[in-house]
Amino acid sequence: MTATLTEGILGRKLGMSQIFEEGGLVRAVTAIQAGPCTVTQVKTPDQDGYSAIQIGFDEARKLNKPEAGHLKEMPMLRHLREVRLSSTDAYKPGQQIDASLFEVGELVDVVGTSKGKGYAGGVKRHHFRGGPKTHGQSDRYRAPGSIGATTTPGRVYKGQRMAGHLGDVRVTVQNLKVVEVDAERNLLLVEGAVPGANNALIFVRKAVKAAGRKKKG
Amino acid sequence: MNAILQSIAERQLKADVPQLAPGDTVKVHAKVVEGSRERIQVFEGTVMRLRGGGSATNFTVRRIAHGIGVERTFLLHSPRLDKIEVIRHGRVRRAQLYYLRGRVGKSAKIKERRLA
Repeated sequence: MTATLTEGILGRKLGMSQIFEEGGLVRAVTAIQAGPCTVTQVKTPDQDGYSAIQIGFDEARKLNKPEAGHLKEMPMLRHLREVRLSSTDAYKPGQQIDASLFEVGELVDVVGTSKGKGYAGGVKRHHFRGGPKTHGQSDRYRAPGSIGATTTPGRVYKGQRMAGHLGDVRVTVQNLKVVEVDAERNLLLVEGAVPGANNALIFVRKAVKAAGRKKKG
Repeated sequence: MNAILQSIAERQLKADVPQLAPGDTVKVHAKVVEGSRERIQVFEGTVMRLRGGGSATNFTVRRIAHGIGVERTFLLHSPRLDKIEVIRHGRVRRAQLYYLRGRVGKSAKIKERRLA
C-alpha cells in the first residue's frame, strides 16, 4: 500500500490552555504557532524521482556556506523539512504557506520530538509494576523482576524490556481536531496534547487517516 | 507565560465575576439541563477553597443539605454559571477551610467580616 500523502506545515508548540466550548464544556487545547513557512524547493519525479516540497520555517541568525548556497535569495531560514506530496503542481519556490492551510473542525496529525527523560528504569519506561514495598523486601521496590529463564535458553532474549533511554524520539499524534485557526497571527489551536516541550519545533499535517474518508459536517 | 497563551486565556474570562474569598457565603446560580429544558439551580453555601488561576480558576462551595454535607466545585468563569452572589464575607484565617468537613452546627460557624 502506498502511503497517503498530505500537506503540512512547520510550527512551534506554544503551550497548553483551556477554553470553554459552546454549551460550557471545557476543552484542553494546545496553541501552535503554525508557520509562516516558505517553499524553498520543489522536487519533481523528472528531476528527483519523487514529488515533494521542501519548506523552511523560522528566522536563522546565521547560515553556513552550504545552507546559504541552497537558499540563495530566499530568506534566512532556520529549519528545513521535506513534505512528500502526490503532486506539487500547486507549489512553486518562494511561495508562503501559513495557518490558513487548515480549517476549523479538520483533523490533523502532529509530529514532534518527545521530552527527553534520560536513562529511565523499567517502572517509568515500560510501566512495570515494581516489587512489593513491604513484607521484608529490600531493594525490590522498582526492580524489573525476572528477565528470563534458566539454562534453556541460557541467554536473555533480544528485545527484553529493560531500563534505558526514554523520550527524545519522534512521536506522531494522529487525528487531533482543529479548534481554531487564526491566519493573521498564524495561530492554530488543536484539541488535546502535542508531543514535545513548549517552544519545540513540530510538524502539523492534515490527518493521514482522515484524508481518504469523507469529511464529516 | 507566552503572550499568545495569555490572550487565549484572557478571552475566556467573564467580566462580571465577584471577588470571592474563602469563608464567604455565596449563592451560585448554575444552569442545569433537565431533559430538554434548561433551568437555573441555586446552590448556597460557604466558599471552602479557591484553586487555579486565570481561566481555570475554580472554587468549592460547601453546604449542609438535609443533614448531609455537600460540596460542589464550580469553574469561576464557566458560561454554565448564570451569576454568583456574595451574601456575606467570613473572617477566616486559612486559605482552605477543610476543617469544616468534620464540623456541624455551631462549631462550623464562621464569623462575619464587615468591610470598613
